[in-house]
Amino acid sequence: MPGQTLYDKLWNSHVVRTEADGTALLYIDRHYVHEVTSPQAFEGLRLAGRQPWRVGSMVATADHNTPTKDWQDGITDPISRTQVETLDDNIRAFGAKAYFPFRDRGQGIVHVIGPEQGATLPGMTVVCGDSHTSTHGALAALAFGIGTSEVEHVLATQCLLIKKAKSFLVRVEGVLARGCTAKDIALKLIGEIGTAGGTGCAIEFAGSAIRALSVEARMTLCNMAIEAGARAGMVAADDRTIKYVQGRPFAPRGADWERAVAYWRTLNSDADAVFDRVLELDAARIKPAVTWGTSPEMVASVSCKVPDPRKEADPVRREAMERALAYMGLTPNMPITDIKVDKVFIGSCTNSRLEDLREAAAVARGRRKADNVRQVLVVPGSGLVKTQAEAEGLDKVFLAAGFEWREPGCSMCLAMNDDRLEPGERCASTSNRNFEGRQGAGGRTHLVSPAMAAAAAIAGRFVDVREVV
Amino acid sequence: MQAFTQHQGLVAPLDRPNVDTDAIIPKQFLKSIKRSGFGPNLFDEWRYLDRGEPGMDQARRPRNPNFVLNQERYLGASILLARENFGCGSSREHAPWALADFGFRAVIASSFADIFFNNCYKNGLLPIVLDSATVERLFRATEASPGFRLKVDLPAQRVVLPDGETLRFEIDPFRKHCLTNGLDDIGLTLQHAEVIREFEARRRAEQPWLF
Ligand code: SF4
Repeated sequence: MPGQTLYDKLWNSHVVRTEADGTALLYIDRHYVHEVTSPQAFEGLRLAGRQPWRVGSMVATADHNTPTKDWQDGITDPISRTQVETLDDNIRAFGAKAYFPFRDRGQGIVHVIGPEQGATLPGMTVVCGDSHTSTHGALAALAFGIGTSEVEHVLATQCLLIKKAKSFLVRVEGVLARGCTAKDIALKLIGEIGTAGGTGCAIEFAGSAIRALSVEARMTLCNMAIEAGARAGMVAADDRTIKYVQGRPFAPRGADWERAVAYWRTLNSDADAVFDRVLELDAARIKPAVTWGTSPEMVASVSCKVPDPRKEADPVRREAMERALAYMGLTPNMPITDIKVDKVFIGSCTNSRLEDLREAAAVARGRRKADNVRQVLVVPGSGLVKTQAEAEGLDKVFLAAGFEWREPGCSMCLAMNDDRLEPGERCASTSNRNFEGRQGAGGRTHLVSPAMAAAAAIAGRFVDVREVV
Repeated sequence: MQAFTQHQGLVAPLDRPNVDTDAIIPKQFLKSIKRSGFGPNLFDEWRYLDRGEPGMDQARRPRNPNFVLNQERYLGASILLARENFGCGSSREHAPWALADFGFRAVIASSFADIFFNNCYKNGLLPIVLDSATVERLFRATEASPGFRLKVDLPAQRVVLPDGETLRFEIDPFRKHCLTNGLDDIGLTLQHAEVIREFEARRRAEQPWLF
């Protein structure tokens, strides 16, 4: 019998029972809850007269709708406020292991606070009504996003009905060039396989370049697995994983810690494990990436030109490219470095952890934003990230550069609060989606790494960060 | 949940690949705490010429005459014909809620994003995967013949064309069973409550740090 993949191990240890057609009842260890996708689930629970199966599995926060400034004024948009208050009410009524409400010092983006609190542990199954739950897979957990009906299902039964996905190994070998990051690996992968390339798969990221990444950078990579169509992304546990978890508020201690670590050390793919699909990337060939279109797969290296649809043979793709370029207001064959930006957003569950802010600050230090850049928002992923960044003086670096230093939340990643692009505005963004209207109706998003975003803020247009640092 | 057995309806073609959930229902409408009422804002940024916000009088907003669902010949459509990777992006179940609320009962595409695909089944909306050559043919047929209707027969796993031609599609037996009978997943799962409890107790003994 061939060995097991990490995905096999995580899957097998959580199967409660299996239907004849292979649909499994999968046990869920950690259930994250936020204000946007949970109200209808709690309502469903109430209407059916059911109770949550295990409130101790739930960790909740408000992040999507919350403002990132003037917190003393509360949430002024009444519809947003109602949604956040509904979450307050639901947690008050049903309970949770932990709740980080609006203005709590531990509040933040659900995918940033989970790992940071030690609430995501290796070997867990982790779900949330949010597609970027894949982020938590960086800790050798099986983590994926679910819809609201499934949120209700997990609340009521602690399980999910789900079929096993195919296993997809993405092996990245070699050493990343200076200035290149996990974000560039993710965008490179999506550029190669497309946004549907990983559909039906669980991706494991492996290889020397992945082992060399910090756990935070691995989160960036797993976060973007969903943009490649894969519901889950994961990385095997190693010393970095264990060191990352140690001492966090919800991490095991004492004898439990020793037992847990012994188990976590088994959370990797066996040498003879067989994957359904394997893709190799050479880290040395990865360059700073910039998306030029309205899908994360529409991406190029910063040194390239905007592609020409006339060179695309497939008519459906050609039309999609033409539509994207028209929406983005770009001309074919123009150098990416000629694209000027109006706004810059550094934040989101992809890139708002301490390391991301350090990388952006390293570029911004001692410089000032260009005059044509109207606004640069730096939005830490959580209250704890914010506190740590301030302790290191990063806020001062950003403010001196003319950037704005905000309170934590999802912010302009999806613009459910006041942080948004106006129609036609162009943004260098460290978030994960460049869909039409994602950052505000008519807004134009270019996805980049934190260092690339900071460099664009300084230059007023895209520049190769390798020439700056 | 609404059961799905057979359905016959007008087909509307949405001719773009990678239609994402942000396009299906933009974020400003996700602030609702209800499950219903999303239909008027389905494809909001494409359907209307102004910027949509919750609470507007939708009937009075200027419509984009070029958008397919605003065209006379597709009024009342209940089957959406789409391209590859339909429903990519976020996990928002508001996307199938909006499609169903608008009046769609089925979406035909050459592929769907995983989470969206799952979410459809929970809402009595049938996602049907047909190969891309067949989807291409259906696009041409829909555009060529006003009033083009299809019949979807879930028990038989067939899509029937006006000329009687049938196209077979695949579906998981368990999903089919739930959808044809309108079964509530939670009720089904709770029939196994005892097994879940035993599993949980074992897990708690082996890995107490998870609890
Ligand atoms: S930061 Fe963006 S992608 Fe992440 S959870 Fe918030 S809205 Fe979703």
